Amino acid sequence: MGRFRGGRAIRWYAKPIPILAAIALWEALAQSGLIPPHALPPFSSIAANFAEEAITGRMAIHLQYSLIRFGAGFLVAASIGVPLGILIGWHGTLRQLIEPFVELLRPIPPIAWIPISLLWFGIGLTSKAFIVFIGALFPILLNTIFGVVSVERVLLEAAMTLGAVKEATLIRKVVIPAAMPSILTGLKVGLGVGWMCIVAAEMVAANFGLGYMIIEARWIHDLPLVITYMLAISLVAYSIDFGFRIAEGRILRWRA
Amino acid sequence: MKGDPIITVRGLRKAFPTNGGELVAIDGLSFEVREGWITAIVGPNGCGKTTLLRILAGLEEPTGGSVEIDGNPIRGPGADRGMVFQEFALFPWRTVLGNVKFGLEVKGVPKDEAEAAAMRFIELVGLKGFEGRYPRELSSGMKQKVAFARALVNDPRVVLMDEPFASLDAQTRNLMQEELLRIWEATGKTILFVTHSVDEAIFLSDEVIVLTQRPARVKKIFNIDLPRPRDRTSLRFNELRRLVLKELSEELRAANGAAY
Repeated sequence: MGRFRGGRAIRWYAKPIPILAAIALWEALAQSGLIPPHALPPFSSIAANFAEEAITGRMAIHLQYSLIRFGAGFLVAASIGVPLGILIGWHGTLRQLIEPFVELLRPIPPIAWIPISLLWFGIGLTSKAFIVFIGALFPILLNTIFGVVSVERVLLEAAMTLGAVKEATLIRKVVIPAAMPSILTGLKVGLGVGWMCIVAAEMVAANFGLGYMIIEARWIHDLPLVITYMLAISLVAYSIDFGFRIAEGRILRWRA
Repeated sequence: MKGDPIITVRGLRKAFPTNGGELVAIDGLSFEVREGWITAIVGPNGCGKTTLLRILAGLEEPTGGSVEIDGNPIRGPGADRGMVFQEFALFPWRTVLGNVKFGLEVKGVPKDEAEAAAMRFIELVGLKGFEGRYPRELSSGMKQKVAFARALVNDPRVVLMDEPFASLDAQTRNLMQEELLRIWEATGKTILFVTHSVDEAIFLSDEVIVLTQRPARVKKIFNIDLPRPRDRTSLRFNELRRLVLKELSEELRAANGAAY
């Protein structure tokens, strides 16, 4: 039955238990020599590496670079994707004209844009932010369009009979709030995809950034350092998602 | 003035285009809605009752004939005609207060004033204390009260109600009918509602308009002169019921005859 009911809710302190158990197993396997250190170094050496990178401030520098590139790309994607999605979702004719473009551009992996991005924007911030932009744009755009298209007709009609007859009023007072759950889903997916993209973008033509450090550590055959920065990428993504979910819960209080 | 026509429908025709033809929902329909009255429209299922209401609300355009409110042709929706939808159509992201004040907010009424007015109507429909709740936290009966208050707050010339009690269980339905009468007496609003329940039509209305099967025309208009509060078990009530049902069942039989 658990499969159908999602199981019993576990207590908060039970949640880290599987992770801690996995770490313990990892440590035991590495220490016993069952797994050679050149394949997977023990967790303790990763932890020591992590601490050192954090304390010396090196990680903070790389983190800062990654976050700025990511933030710039994501903000542009959100500020184009949401309004454009509302416009496309609202106007049926426009949707039919634009959808072919979206459907053709969407399957191109963001990473495939790296060469063109370097050509267009050089090796600075812009070319990396552009990759994030491409990665984040489509989930934001498509979810926003979906949200607007799915607004119940009767809600629009109800608003009109209450005097909201201007298009701008309908969009502001009905379409946007009704589509908000989808818009937020789009932003949430966009955050995740965008973050993955920045790491990929930094693996080419970069001198700083979390992604750059993974490639750099590989060149110097420092596997613990590779894993340290993989861990950092994961923790940042987790924190961003965690923060976003809290904000989402507040905004969508009416749904619960 | 009470009893004067507010809405005038003359020779109304509504046809919907279909594959290679058209479906005529309404043809040659004429009647009036009188100020301060409760008017019920009953007719066989699918006879175009809802379409008629939507035309009066301005959500559909007539194909022919005229629909006027206070002598002005109806062009599109407007706050002078409040509508209570069958499924209530509350805004789920707004609280009760937020839903009720919507019309005033759109009109640009200052926030304090709009909320004070909305609160008066929330109190009128008996939902004081629930103003901070979201629609998902309300029962069907409460949702309907919110929808009614939301329409009333705009001070419309007429309130249009589409099968207002259809989605309520039998007990809530009788209770809500009495609530409707209480609020009607308190506000003096003109109400036009469609229903397929003859009992409901006679219990509530000053006038019952029976429509024919599609395409809808007026089959017969009944004046319900029973004093309120009405007793559903009284002799006169049941006599009226029989008369209205007779008209209606003729249409139902004709509709079924056509279908089989």
